[in-house]
Amino acid sequence: MTNFTINGKDVTVDVEDDTPLLWVVRDELRLTGSKFGCGVAQCGACTMMVDGMPRRTCVTPVGSVDGASIETIEGLGGREAEAVTAAWQGLDVPQCGWCQSGQIVSATALLREVPKPTDADIDAAMAGNICRCATYVRIRQAIHDAADSMEG
Amino acid sequence: MTVQSRRQFLATGAGLVIGLALPMKGRAQSGAAAVMTRDGLPAGTFSPNAFVRIAPDNTVTVMIKHIEFGQGPFTGLSTLVAEELDASWDQMRAESAPANDELYANLFFGLQATGGSTAMANSYTQMRQAGAAARAMLVAAAAEKWDVPAGEIKVEDGVISHADSGQSSSFGDLAEAAAQQSVPVEPALKNPSEFKLIGTDRPKLDTVSKTDGTAMFTMDVYREGMQTVVVRHPDVLGATVASFDDTEALKVKGVEAVRQIPQGIAVYATSTAAALKGRSLLAVEWDTSEAETRSTAQIYEDFSAAATRDGGVVVEETGDSGAAIDGAETVHEVEFRFPYLAHAPMEPLDVVLERKGGNVEMWMGAQFPGVDKGAVAQTLGVEGGDITLNVMLAGGSFGRRAQTTGHIGHEIAEIAKAAGGDGAWKLVWTREDDLMGGYYRPLTVHKMRAGLDADGNIVGWENTVANQSIMLDTFFDDGKSEGKDPTSYEGSTKMPYDLPAMRVNWVRQKSPLPILWWRSVGHTHTGYATEVFLDELLEKAGKDPVQGRLELMKSEAGRDRAVLEKVAEIAGWDGERVKGDRAYGVAVHESFSTYVAQIAEVSDVGGFPKVHKVWVAVDCGVAVNPNVIRAQIEGGVGYGLGSVLFNDLTLLDGGVVAQKNFDTYRMLRIHEMPEVEVAIINSVADPTGVGEPGTPPIGPAVANAWRALTGQAVHHLPFQTAGA
Repeated sequence: MTNFTINGKDVTVDVEDDTPLLWVVRDELRLTGSKFGCGVAQCGACTMMVDGMPRRTCVTPVGSVDGASIETIEGLGGREAEAVTAAWQGLDVPQCGWCQSGQIVSATALLREVPKPTDADIDAAMAGNICRCATYVRIRQAIHDAADSMEG
Repeated sequence: MTVQSRRQFLATGAGLVIGLALPMKGRAQSGAAAVMTRDGLPAGTFSPNAFVRIAPDNTVTVMIKHIEFGQGPFTGLSTLVAEELDASWDQMRAESAPANDELYANLFFGLQATGGSTAMANSYTQMRQAGAAARAMLVAAAAEKWDVPAGEIKVEDGVISHADSGQSSSFGDLAEAAAQQSVPVEPALKNPSEFKLIGTDRPKLDTVSKTDGTAMFTMDVYREGMQTVVVRHPDVLGATVASFDDTEALKVKGVEAVRQIPQGIAVYATSTAAALKGRSLLAVEWDTSEAETRSTAQIYEDFSAAATRDGGVVVEETGDSGAAIDGAETVHEVEFRFPYLAHAPMEPLDVVLERKGGNVEMWMGAQFPGVDKGAVAQTLGVEGGDITLNVMLAGGSFGRRAQTTGHIGHEIAEIAKAAGGDGAWKLVWTREDDLMGGYYRPLTVHKMRAGLDADGNIVGWENTVANQSIMLDTFFDDGKSEGKDPTSYEGSTKMPYDLPAMRVNWVRQKSPLPILWWRSVGHTHTGYATEVFLDELLEKAGKDPVQGRLELMKSEAGRDRAVLEKVAEIAGWDGERVKGDRAYGVAVHESFSTYVAQIAEVSDVGGFPKVHKVWVAVDCGVAVNPNVIRAQIEGGVGYGLGSVLFNDLTLLDGGVVAQKNFDTYRMLRIHEMPEVEVAIINSVADPTGVGEPGTPPIGPAVANAWRALTGQAVHHLPFQTAGA
């Protein structure tokens, strides 16, 4: 039994402790916005916020998040998340869309830490999120736009 | 305008709706017998054809016959309908059309299919007619209701109105009455000068659901009692199971069964995690007697040895190139080598199949849904008509889901068959399955030879291409191919340059390793080989890469010329290939009737190219959605750049694939993505596709810049392997 909160809701799951958090959230809790892309923490499609930090959940054993607070794309909140989502929509960033939940979670985490990121900050924070459609030009611009929108 | 009575169709007992015969300039066949039932639609919904539904709540839903995997048909095809319907963009919705080869055929191919960057091109007239027909019926309904002449009724921005009587209505309020009107078969279409939506930017219809986690992909489908299945596939392509031991796998909590199927060993479990754990504990012995056991190095040697001037089949010939080159002042010869490449879409392959009695329902991101349905029908021994296939959003594809063999359909059907009886199964491929599973961009050798006269003019050009065939011996082979498969060499023929003597021959190679079209297909290697080789010839002749190309272009190559001139203009090309630590490389290449020229700005960072900026000019006819075009060009540049820099799907000795995941099969990441500036040529020509044509020019543009900067010519991709 593992207990944690997800998007503000308390949940208890009865799965093996070594089960990756991603599959618990998708298969058991049926929150499918977080995606599977590699299974080895190389692509970032599975990124969720665990106690406020972005985590590759395809390699995070569910047993390790007992008592943690988890945010997924479905429940991501706060002004940074709202600014990021609005900027993503404003620039029509997604193409296929599969990686974008992970991208948005990583970008939100960046803005929570660094309200006005430089290109180098963006490279460092976002290099772990692969986009095969190569929407990177727009991801970068959307993060800058989100930062600008929060200044006002 | 020809009018067909709706009663004819009602008389068939199908419930609704209509047959819109939409001839497409003699190309292939139309969607002809469009009949669909009203099941599941809200009462009062007006569904004038298989593509448009207008609901009482005033939403207009367009059934999109092409799979949406990021290239933009949800937005693009809806734009065409909205334009002729004079709808408001806010009321537009898009939905995937279900699998139906008759209703939803690609008019170029005659079956439902997404590929060859044809979605916009084949739909342009059809979707506009669908919108215009709906508009005409709304107008007729309004005229009847208000008792005014139809010719006095205006439709603008989703509002139907009549000035003199002061009447106006939304589409939704007239939907039911419109459904009673006759269907115009060839409704009048707007002149491009009247377009309001086409050619302007507006929000994409699939953006919101792709930013809040609600977009539904195949892997997100869960059915009652569904088992998740993963298959242990062979490490060596073409191998089969000799024996296996599932003792340990069956001990895993959640693993319910293990079955041998032709594709490997299937593990059935109550969750994905259990299935994966079970699979990892299988012990399998493989029979590799029919497998591809050569290494990539050996395959290159074999293909290279086969690539002779006398081999294979001549696919284009003008003049006596052999004599011209033999008598030339300077002869230049290059062998290019292009590796196998995986498509590696972010969502690995997956499919859900549910069987209840004689009925089968599937969920799948399929580019050729009819082929996958057919594969399932064949394996399960059911009628195709008893199978419903829901075409899902797909997390990328780049050609991987355009399966000539229906292999994923076969695999899920074998899984269902081995399980027996009713049930639901989700097949999930992991990244390892994806990268090691074949269906790669064909490994290709180009042997090129050309001669220059004393003034540096090209007197002869020859190209020998050796690779496997994608289409021959598949259902695309119509028996009239004469042993030629243009997807193997397209782009090396019909070049825009006026070469006095030229010859291209193709030498087909065979292997048990399955290959497939990969974003821009043959152009992935022909664009590189021709544009790098030409650049080297221009350099030898002391000619400017832009001017030299322009001088060589045929008089009829006006669109190639225009994009090259445009890209030179926006990049500020002044003939200087190197400025400080930056170098500039040029390439121009047409694919799928879209013309693209690029200039790349490159520097040398630790002996490896860093691409800072790419200027692009594109001519794709009418620019339906400029924003989508720019996005596809940006993406095409990034996709092509990552592959030419890093990717080589390598077979080791014995045929084992070396790269199993993204840790070794390196993807382009955000810090490696250049800035991209796109200029779209103004045009009223019918639109052509943009999903693929952005990809071919980036490799040669970067290679030409790199050679200018370092003197190093890269003839064996990727740059990483070439030692750049």
